[in-house]
Amino acid sequence: MRKKLNSKEVFDTKPWSGKLREYDIIKEGVIAVVVVSLLVVSLSFLFGSPDEKTLTFRGWAQSNSDNFYATTVQELAGTSTSTTYGRPYNSNGDGLNVGPLFLQKWAGVTHRVTPAKDFVIKPLTLEVQPVEVAAALATWKSATSAQKTKWASNLDNAITKKDGKVMAVPAGDFGPVPALAKGLTEMAKSGALDAALLSQGGFFQTDSTKQILFFGDGAYLDDAGTAANLQGGTWGMMNETGRYPGQAWLWLYSFWYQIPPFNNSDSHPIGANADAYIMFIMGALSLGLVLMPLIPGIRAIPVRIPIHRAIWRNYYANEGIKPRKD
Amino acid sequence: MSKKLWTAKVREAWQRNLPIEKLLPDTQPAYVASWIYVFGVLTLAAFSIILISGLALAFAGPAWYHTSSFGHWVNSLHFWSVQLFFVFMVIHLWGKFWMAAWRGKRLMTWITGSIAFVASIATAFTGYLIQTNFDSQWIAFEAKDGFNSVGIGAFFNVTNLGQMLLLHVAFLPLILGAITFVHVIMVRKRGVVPPIDADENNTKVDSK
Repeated sequence: MRKKLNSKEVFDTKPWSGKLREYDIIKEGVIAVVVVSLLVVSLSFLFGSPDEKTLTFRGWAQSNSDNFYATTVQELAGTSTSTTYGRPYNSNGDGLNVGPLFLQKWAGVTHRVTPAKDFVIKPLTLEVQPVEVAAALATWKSATSAQKTKWASNLDNAITKKDGKVMAVPAGDFGPVPALAKGLTEMAKSGALDAALLSQGGFFQTDSTKQILFFGDGAYLDDAGTAANLQGGTWGMMNETGRYPGQAWLWLYSFWYQIPPFNNSDSHPIGANADAYIMFIMGALSLGLVLMPLIPGIRAIPVRIPIHRAIWRNYYANEGIKPRKD
Repeated sequence: MSKKLWTAKVREAWQRNLPIEKLLPDTQPAYVASWIYVFGVLTLAAFSIILISGLALAFAGPAWYHTSSFGHWVNSLHFWSVQLFFVFMVIHLWGKFWMAAWRGKRLMTWITGSIAFVASIATAFTGYLIQTNFDSQWIAFEAKDGFNSVGIGAFFNVTNLGQMLLLHVAFLPLILGAITFVHVIMVRKRGVVPPIDADENNTKVDSK
């Protein structure tokens, strides 16, 4: 049954029958466009816009070759973040959940990424390699999965023991892994890896998923994000490089990452699944914004807190309108 | 006879609900006299500059502005018009909240406006992803986890430059434009919401 409207609700619905004033909608629009254009042009001349150059695998391998080498070994050992990520890249993890909702898992693998093959073996295969790297590739390809994992894990652990200092690692049962990692590091230093990952063996390429994931496995991108004050824990989602305003409208999304339990990944279940919980919270809040007029209590706030008395102060004063009691 | 034609029905419904006097008015209620009212049209003005500067960037390709000083300036126009767009829109939204502007069968005006706000955030976000610079590398890396965590990343892949580029240029502006169009039509159809304290007892009928 339809709710009966009170007299005020009926009044608000009817076409306005009170006093009118002259209004030129076309002129208003033209003035608005001119004023905003002048503002935008002035700001663009005064401040320009940010444009920090992209990071490259060449830059990574040249500035921190040990980290690049160690990350390559992790890709081969299957211990990198990408390898253990789960959906949508592979089935090696369940991903995050909110209570019984395993949406990440249920969405399935839609962008398959096999880091050892895609980041290391395939790029090395695309280039003509030095003899020792070519031999290492042949050995790797003919080995069993268990053997590959053993070799790479041995080297991965040995590098970790030496705090990431590759040169300090003593000889061990590493099979062809050192030659493969060294070969990819040299390829990256020359800039050839950037081209190989970009082309993926084809001509046209518009998907940068594999490059971004490989970057994320090492320290290079993370260090650059920290240096630019872009980390999530420091409101990074809404920051911009340099001294420019970023996506300030993401402040509420960023806010949740600053407070417990969301900022503590060791806290279960919320902190450990913070990304998923925050997406749910923001979804609910967005829905709340859209449907705000239907939410009792919140919809009454603008009536109870009389900011409208300031907005319509001239009209109220001229007409002698007092605040409503109901 | 002609009333049975779809065209005639649409035309008559249009004329009944939104006559040209409502669409292009030369008067408005006397209470519409505050600076808060300009932020809706300022948002539209900023949106028009976003579209024009964005069109120029689209014609020249996503990497043009890295190598051309003119291109960089056009990118700056796009950047600052987006910043102003959000400033204007947020002030507009707060203003409408404090006016309880959904009163008097204006619920759909609020709903379309707030959907436009959410759609604007999505559109701007994809714009940041296609800058083809360090910022877009970082944002793609960081943002993928949120989308992946709830399954959205399976079909909305923020690390796929081509997908984000097409969505930002070809799809999201159309959606945003369509929602904005409906929002503006709703505003013109229903008119600007009367003051909270005005009612039939204290509102004098216009003598003109």
